[in-house]
Amino acid sequence: MKKSGFKAWLYLLPAFIFLAVFMVYPLVDVLVYSLQENYHSASQTYTGVGLANFSYVLRDGTFLQALKNTALMVAITVPISTGLSLLIAYGLSSINKVKKLFQTIYFLPYVTNTLAVGLVFMILFNKTDANAGLVNMIIKLFGGNAVDFIKGPYWAKMFVFCFYTIWIVMPFKILILTSALASVNPNFYKAAKVDGASDAKIFWKITMPMISPTLFYLIITGFIGAFKAYSDSVALFGVDLNAEGMNTLVGYVYDMLYGARGGYPSYASAAALILFAIVFTITCVNLIISRKKVVY
Amino acid sequence: MKVVLEHVTKRFPNRNKKIKEEVVAVSDFNFEIPDGKLIGLLGPSGCGKSTALNLICGLEEPTEGRIYFGDEDVTDLAPEHRGVGLVFQNYALYPHMTVRENIRFPLTNLKGSAKLTKEEMNARVERAASLVQINELLERKPSEMSGGQQQRVAIARALVKTPQVLLLDEPLSNLDARLRLQTREEIRKIQRETKVTTIFVTHDQEEAMSISDLIIVMKKGVVQQIGAPQDVYDDPANLFVAKFLGTPAINVFKGEVRGGQLFIGGSAVLDVPGVRDGGVWTGIRPEGFIPDSNGPFESDLLGIEVMGRDITVLSGHPDAENPVVRSIISSDRRIDTSSPTVRFRLKPYKVFLFDDATEERLKFEYDIESDPEAGGAV
Repeated sequence: MKKSGFKAWLYLLPAFIFLAVFMVYPLVDVLVYSLQENYHSASQTYTGVGLANFSYVLRDGTFLQALKNTALMVAITVPISTGLSLLIAYGLSSINKVKKLFQTIYFLPYVTNTLAVGLVFMILFNKTDANAGLVNMIIKLFGGNAVDFIKGPYWAKMFVFCFYTIWIVMPFKILILTSALASVNPNFYKAAKVDGASDAKIFWKITMPMISPTLFYLIITGFIGAFKAYSDSVALFGVDLNAEGMNTLVGYVYDMLYGARGGYPSYASAAALILFAIVFTITCVNLIISRKKVVY
Repeated sequence: MKVVLEHVTKRFPNRNKKIKEEVVAVSDFNFEIPDGKLIGLLGPSGCGKSTALNLICGLEEPTEGRIYFGDEDVTDLAPEHRGVGLVFQNYALYPHMTVRENIRFPLTNLKGSAKLTKEEMNARVERAASLVQINELLERKPSEMSGGQQQRVAIARALVKTPQVLLLDEPLSNLDARLRLQTREEIRKIQRETKVTTIFVTHDQEEAMSISDLIIVMKKGVVQQIGAPQDVYDDPANLFVAKFLGTPAINVFKGEVRGGQLFIGGSAVLDVPGVRDGGVWTGIRPEGFIPDSNGPFESDLLGIEVMGRDITVLSGHPDAENPVVRSIISSDRRIDTSSPTVRFRLKPYKVFLFDDATEERLKFEYDIESDPEAGGAV
């Protein structure tokens, strides 16, 4: 018994070492950095230990802007992308012909580079004097005024940002939901049909509970993924996100480390821990809800 | 409610899309299932039994033909309007609902004037549950129950709407041997109590024989024979039916008829008046052999199995389809196991002849009185 326990630890050792070096140590380090006040990276000195870094970050206008952007984007994109994916996956599972074709089409954005998609979105949505993007051409066609979605008002930029995020995350969700729907035993549907349940009732009372574990998995990973957004914003609005007012939390952390205002690992660590706390809280809330709602 | 099928045919497109030819799952079904009976739809896997059940239930639409419940043509009715209850092989209980919710589910779908109040629903659920004796388990989830209990829940769910026809698709296949025996008796009992016309699909001939009022034997989408289990067993229409019913299976020999006599392996073993000369398949039930040192049928003795009440004699015969011929005889008989061969006399009513080409039955007349022992109980 003792020997086998030793063996088990031996087998776990490689993974354990990697996790310790690349996960646990940096995490502890981040915590340490975040508590060191007035840390100077060149001389590696600090003046005290406390929560001053957190209070600085929480009062920093660019951080608050990034927090607002991220929270807004998460709140908009996670429900919409999950709902839309479910709708599309349900549609896909109901058709027989050309199902494979549509599955491929819906999966294409997933295998496309995010920056490339960002570029395409930029071209679609931009408005320059020389040439307006396709979206603005359509708006004009219907008699509206052209809007600069890339460098224009905040709501327009937010719209593009959310649109893009939804577009980028949906393929994976559709794929997972399609397979979840396909794995529901067709006998349940037959039984429900013989029992006289309407299609809507079958969907809400049979299908939804059956795929609820998958759905909650997608919602949780969706929240986490959206909170970690950064490259998407860069792809659309360029590298100077603070000037565009479209920075995200991860973008803020990056800026504090390497950006124009960089060189402050303490602030970056504090911001990263705040992000961690937010994601952790939301995931916990999700899990508590899912324990009540995920029915089997 | 009697169920009538009129020239019902169901064809599916071939799964292999390159093959244009359609698959005929059910071919020209013509039969009437009398009201209040328990019918066993019997056949090997893939013979179209489940398709036939789905057609009756309405989950599949027939390609041709009409289906009637009583005098009403239900061919174009959706399953929920037919008033059928369906039980699946794997029960298909909704795993996220309790037993009570599972049984109540069909009732919550009733609309209009049929709509029930909560109290009425609960009363119906309780009644259905007590019919299958699961009142104690109503608050459990299906995953917390044994296979037999889940099967009862499935039956209760099918019965709660008081269906006109109850359909069971391989209801016992997922149960272990002991539970299977017990549950089939229970299905029989419930059917008698509710008097609902019940059709159940099975590939297990013993199951079908033991509880059905009537069995329908199918092969490759075609009905082979319909009748009371004992009648079908005693009077099979063709070689397939003879082989399919009975455990141990019937022994089949290649034989020949010449001048009203049946020859197996060169010796005349039985008088078969009225049968045309030529090759025949001969089926002899295991209980159709009587040990007799002067008997005309001789085979190589391989061994005996003593089962207490009976003895099974295992022997080999060059003209037998299977390497081992099984004959079951009463244990008061003694078999000389030192002898290399064993001789039998045959009970004529346990011997069936089939045309060697069409495999259809060739009947002959026999006189039980001539051999008092052969005519006696097995």
